[in-house]
Amino acid sequence: MQEFLQQLINGLAVGGLYALIALGYTMVYGVLKLINFAHGELFALGAYLGLTLLTALGLAGGGPAAVALILLFAMGLVALAGYLLERVAYRPLRGSGRLTAVVSALGASIFFQNAMMLVFGAKARVYPGGILSGEVFTLLGAQIPATRILLLASSLLLMLLLYWFIHHTRTGAAVRAVSLDQGAARLMGIDVNRVISLVFLIGPALGAAAGVMAGLLYGQIKYDMGVLYGLKAFTAAILGGIGNIPGAMAGGILLGVIEALGAAYISIAWKDAIAFCLLILILIFRPTGLLGERTADKV
Amino acid sequence: MIAARRSLLSWSAFFASLAALPPLLPLLGVDGGGAVQIGVLNDIGIYLILALSLNIILGHAGIFHMGHTAFFAVGAYAAAILNTSCGWPILSALPVAGLLAALLAFLVAVPVIRLRGDYLLVVTIGVVEIVRICLVNNIFGLTGGANGIAGIGRAVILGRRLTTPADIFYLIWSFAALSVLLFSLLENSRFGRALNYIREDEVAAAGCGINTGRHKIQAFVLGAFWAGMAGTLFAVKTRLVDPESFTFSESVMLFAIVILGGAGSMAGIVLGTFLLIGLQEIFRDFLEARMLVFGAAMVAMMIFRPQGLLPARARRYDTGGRTGASPGAAGREKKPGPPAGNGAAGT
Amino acid sequence: MSLLSLRGLSKSFGGLVAVAHVSLELEADAVIGLIGPNGAGKTTLFNLITGNQRPDSGGIFFDGRDITGLPTHAVVRLGIARTFQNIRLFQSMSLLENVLAGRHCRLRAGLAASLLRPPFQRREERQAVRRARDELAFVGLEEQRDKPAGGLSHGSQRLLEIARALATDPRFLILDEPAGGMNGQETAALMELIAAIRSRGVSVLLIEHDMNLVMKVCRRIVVLEYGVVIAQGAPEHIKRDPAVIEAYLGSGE
Repeated sequence: MQEFLQQLINGLAVGGLYALIALGYTMVYGVLKLINFAHGELFALGAYLGLTLLTALGLAGGGPAAVALILLFAMGLVALAGYLLERVAYRPLRGSGRLTAVVSALGASIFFQNAMMLVFGAKARVYPGGILSGEVFTLLGAQIPATRILLLASSLLLMLLLYWFIHHTRTGAAVRAVSLDQGAARLMGIDVNRVISLVFLIGPALGAAAGVMAGLLYGQIKYDMGVLYGLKAFTAAILGGIGNIPGAMAGGILLGVIEALGAAYISIAWKDAIAFCLLILILIFRPTGLLGERTADKV
Repeated sequence: MIAARRSLLSWSAFFASLAALPPLLPLLGVDGGGAVQIGVLNDIGIYLILALSLNIILGHAGIFHMGHTAFFAVGAYAAAILNTSCGWPILSALPVAGLLAALLAFLVAVPVIRLRGDYLLVVTIGVVEIVRICLVNNIFGLTGGANGIAGIGRAVILGRRLTTPADIFYLIWSFAALSVLLFSLLENSRFGRALNYIREDEVAAAGCGINTGRHKIQAFVLGAFWAGMAGTLFAVKTRLVDPESFTFSESVMLFAIVILGGAGSMAGIVLGTFLLIGLQEIFRDFLEARMLVFGAAMVAMMIFRPQGLLPARARRYDTGGRTGASPGAAGREKKPGPPAGNGAAGT
Repeated sequence: MSLLSLRGLSKSFGGLVAVAHVSLELEADAVIGLIGPNGAGKTTLFNLITGNQRPDSGGIFFDGRDITGLPTHAVVRLGIARTFQNIRLFQSMSLLENVLAGRHCRLRAGLAASLLRPPFQRREERQAVRRARDELAFVGLEEQRDKPAGGLSHGSQRLLEIARALATDPRFLILDEPAGGMNGQETAALMELIAAIRSRGVSVLLIEHDMNLVMKVCRRIVVLEYGVVIAQGAPEHIKRDPAVIEAYLGSGE
């Protein structure tokens, strides 16, 4: 029971990260029907930018306020990177085949990954551990580090903000409209290009937040960490039904929990395979995901 | 006919001039008798065979397949295991390695082949990762975990042991030439055409009576079969197989070769392989910046030349020198061919 | 006697009923028109016949054989071919290759024959190319056989789709708005073409909004509204049918 609880909290914390990254995939897929393969790299970039500011300002003991600061900093810069990514690599390809956009996304991913390796180095970098309190409290006999709870709470907060934005603001309604039917949205007077740009600001910003949190959670980051996280977060997006925002949140949390429990009770060595097997099973048996996706293949 | 002959001629010239390289390089005074260069060419040859086999799947059938290394890995490991554990001569493992890769491809393809393009892409990525994890975890106690399998025996052909890079060179490039021949026969046939129809518009292809699902599975399995055999050649060349040789990024590289070279175009794929793999080997010293440029080039290519460096050319048909029936409405007066009657013109 | 019979076909999407208990007997050796206001379920009915969609209930019988739920390629093999309302050609491929696509299901060469090129394979390829040229000539596009299909005018693209469908050796041909996007001259030529197709022994079922064309080429007309057959009969009969007039005037056409 103790172990179960501990693993559950672990899973929820990691799942929160997956969910934040998955939101970027799902929102971009919603408006462009494109898998943004470079999204995982933006997540990693967030982690590096957070670390850079952390060391530059000597904040390594600053507590939650410092974390909030570097989060905002990383989110802002990565949002900018996301915006540029769309302008340079995707917008010129609007209207050409899906394959060209996918290849462009792959190219962008390779570019970002290697740019980070050149700038930040090929070796893993250490995230200072002392920034958040090392406090551990005990719940029903399980040892729960305060950091995990804080991270889980932060990712939930970001998700709630996004949910509110999408469902209770005019701009959010425009994002939903473009996801449903781009042509109709344009006819309704919605500036589709602006909505797409906005999605490429929000998605990467959330990814960057997840990057900083991943650094805090695991204590180290590497330039190619975006690949595995990206694939898993994408799995989470599919799990929840790609294009579906609450689905991505639920899918991320669910995947994190399944992985943590699988690693604990099945085998740690097969932990990474769990996500991919789940992905394949979902696509075979319920390709629209758990919460469904809107598709219409017209003859 | 003329076009076909001309293409046969240029392919022969290409492979003949390659074949002249091993004896020529030492004569030209290349360092170390050109062993390094031959080694690079051997790598290129393996990638070329893989890219040609991926071309059937991705280039011709338009199936977004980014997990080709999975089949390559299965072939390489099958050959390595048969050789080191069962004592098979390594080359006799060739067909079995191909068949095992094909079997895996079949099992993967049947449930997922009907998925939309980008979903399929993700499934194939998942497969390549699962295969790699299986290898790392020493599945069934056969794959040797992270260390892989070492001590693969040398290949023997007609009593001759292949020991030098040049020996391996001739083995790999003969197989590459064979691949070019077989795949060009295949793409200029009913089968190849059907794949192209499916790539262009699956609904219309089905509307023409093409069993789209079956053709896609056939293309997938055939490509995997060939990749499995390429895996055996890889085992012959390196004499050591380990999981690190079969990562997702190798799959991405193959995908890029086919797309950037020119999907469906064998000449384009040869050029793509030489450019991407050859340059990679030559610029090993600035490894990092090389990949940076590569990524940017992929984006630029998609924007400025999405059809690839050497796009596929239209097939030529021998129309028998017969002048066409009179055009326009007048042509309608004539009753063409035997009407209806199932397969009347076919059999 | 009827070649194709539909028995109580229904199909709905979500809550929307597209086709409701449609029963029809479509005889051989005729040109039959299917008309009705937009959204009446005409194209859905076509999609059900050709296996692009599965009916929720009911059966489809072709020449006495139950073809309900068969996949499209199998339906085509049995002798039902179609064209598409929103033209679906292989845009980047030549006209000749487009029509060759239609021959596919009548050729036998598989993987092995493609690699070994036995005499039968070469012979059937030659015959297929010849037949494709003949079909192109039949619709008047033979001269442009090596051009890419995407470069053709709208009207010519419709003709090319017809040639491709004819290359499958159909006994029953389904045309979805064949005159869509054609000018008057092209439409006149199309009417001749449809008559020529009929005289080859191919039965035709067509959806068309050009009433002039429908009234002239069709022996019999079926009127669909809200997924239900509201009238059928000879053109003169349909013209005077009050339910039909109501359906058309009511929908503002």
